[in-house]
Amino acid sequence: MQYSKDGLLRAYRRMATIRQFEERLHEEIAKGEIPGFTHLYAGQEAAAVGVCEHLDSDDMIVSTHRGHGHCIAKGCDVDGMMKEIYGSREGLCKGRGGSMHIADTSIGMLGANGIVGAGAPQAVGAAIAAKAAGKGKVAIAFSGDGACNQGTTFEAMNMAAVIKVPAIFVFENNHYSEHTGDAYAVGTALDIASRAEAFGMRAWRANGCDFYSTFEAMAELLDYVRSTNLPAAIELDTERFYGHFEGDPQRYRAKGEVARLREERDALKSFRASAVTKTYLSTDELDALDAAVGEEIDRAVEAARKAERPDPSHVLEDVYASY
Amino acid sequence: MSVMNIREAINQTLHDAMERDPSVILLGEDVAGGAGTAGGQEAIGGIWGTSTGLIGKFGPDRVIDTPISESAIVGAAAGAALAGMRPVAELMFADFIGVCGDQLINQIAKFRYMFGGKARCPVVVRLIYGAGMNSAAQHSQAFYNLLTAIPGLKVAMPSTPADAKGLLNEALHGDDPVMFFEHKALYGKKGEVPEGDYRVPFGHVRMAREGGDVTIVAFGRMVSFAEKAADKLAEDGIGCDIIDPRTTSPLDEEAILDSVEQTGRLVVVDECPPRCGLAADVTALVAQKAFTSLDAPPECVTAPHTPVPFSPELERAYVPGPPAIEAAVRRTLDWG
Ligand SMILES: Cc1ncc(C[n+]2csc(CCOP(=O)(O)OP(=O)(O)O)c2C)c(N)n1
Ligand SMILES: [Mg+2]
Repeated sequence: MQYSKDGLLRAYRRMATIRQFEERLHEEIAKGEIPGFTHLYAGQEAAAVGVCEHLDSDDMIVSTHRGHGHCIAKGCDVDGMMKEIYGSREGLCKGRGGSMHIADTSIGMLGANGIVGAGAPQAVGAAIAAKAAGKGKVAIAFSGDGACNQGTTFEAMNMAAVIKVPAIFVFENNHYSEHTGDAYAVGTALDIASRAEAFGMRAWRANGCDFYSTFEAMAELLDYVRSTNLPAAIELDTERFYGHFEGDPQRYRAKGEVARLREERDALKSFRASAVTKTYLSTDELDALDAAVGEEIDRAVEAARKAERPDPSHVLEDVYASY
Repeated sequence: MSVMNIREAINQTLHDAMERDPSVILLGEDVAGGAGTAGGQEAIGGIWGTSTGLIGKFGPDRVIDTPISESAIVGAAAGAALAGMRPVAELMFADFIGVCGDQLINQIAKFRYMFGGKARCPVVVRLIYGAGMNSAAQHSQAFYNLLTAIPGLKVAMPSTPADAKGLLNEALHGDDPVMFFEHKALYGKKGEVPEGDYRVPFGHVRMAREGGDVTIVAFGRMVSFAEKAADKLAEDGIGCDIIDPRTTSPLDEEAILDSVEQTGRLVVVDECPPRCGLAADVTALVAQKAFTSLDAPPECVTAPHTPVPFSPELERAYVPGPPAIEAAVRRTLDWG
């Protein structure tokens, strides 16, 4: 597959933004600065970016409780996200949603979601709208290896196949749903993509810790979906580097597991290695991007700390459009 | 008596019930934890720590870690109960009744009545509920009002460790489905718990305090907030009756009416939004059955008619607190 230099730099920057955003949150949460439950996306960067680099703002995604990566990959404002996670009035959702509920419908990011399995049916609806608009646009549901066990996900896949709409089911298999392993909870012997096939749609499989693998599989998948308006699925084998939520003691992990994953399954490391040997990017260019992203995240945290706090009276706003 | 917190009281009650009755099983997500991982099962013991140690003692046939499938969890509990077992199903967050609503409201609640009184469906659904941890709109709701409205379901919500044990144990002896609400912010609350097969009958309030001037009816976590408000009011010589109904279905109407007949003043404190909530329900009861006893209009202290917000400033504004309760009590005294 042919890659443009700009395209690769942009993809790397997005992945680096997700990584640094999450690593910084990990630090700030430990200091007690951030309220609520936060689920970090670090480790899965290649999945979100490998999917979303193909999309423009008319394509739609529906995300999960672990949504920061999807938001950044789809182009959400990083400052606005950070402010939201800090609970500020200036956050993308005015501090009312927080980490689990970031959305920006104006760029096709239809929302992170606290209810596991809620997203897939919504993507079917968004795909109905995409098909009606007739511009070859698609709607994507990100789901985990846990969410794939919800009846809602099964219903959504069957309905998408029956009504023939361009819904795409992206299964990010990071091998855990909370503290439970996919070896236990996914009945189809570690294979989620076969479920989609059983519902009558084409399914792809790719390495969700490798940008090129995900990106290339998605290129094929999207060609197919955009040209047929039929649903499809992809299972991405990926890893999460932190706990289920921040504060999770992770007793279910093997000894040294995270260190090994960071060594062998780090999407940024593998991108760097191959980008430098296979393509036209230099280590210096990537270092410069890392530094620029670091400054961007520093600024976002500073801005979030100083941002306006909500006033108690704001609790009553936005319940209805009119009432 | 021994001193323990609500988490420990629930854990102990589950241990005792499973020991006593082989038909008691537990199902839910991560109720053991660690299935299919290197850490192995029981690595976690439930994300709330209420089922710690159970799988080690009773094994995976009775302590069933499920996939993320709330409809199947509650539906399976329903089926197991019809087939003679006593399942305890855990909904990690009460908000997930949105996922398994059919099994709760059209199935479990209806069997006995629809089947001419012949079916027995003693499912205990443990629902972890409530705001106060900045968990935002989909992980914070106090949905006990919705299930209280469904005929066929019993609804309990302990606010002390003794009641946690007594009510859960009672549920595990009865033949009806029980929706057992556990407030996530109360798990650490400590108190004395009676030993042995201690049971608290449903439909009997706990008089948390007797003061005589104003009746405060408070649900779940709101009981401790009412106590804080009452401490403040006591400094001014105002005495509050604080009633913890403990179960909302059945509801001990008599104890509430008796108190209001003495005090003539009613404040109801409810973590639900105001429409069709418990505050409205109790207020209507008193208006209908103790109208002539009232010396002031009843006061409802509730959450606002909004979803639960994330930001700490907003959540604090959302949850009814001691100052709002104190002000409401004073309004009933200043009236007229
Ligand atoms: C309906 C519902 N059930 C349970 C939960 C609690 N919960 C939150 S995330 C999660 C695990 C999700 O696993 P997976 O889909 O694999 O996503 P991951 O966390 O790995 O990103 C669970 C059980 C929830 N939020 N919603
Ligand atoms: Mg997972």
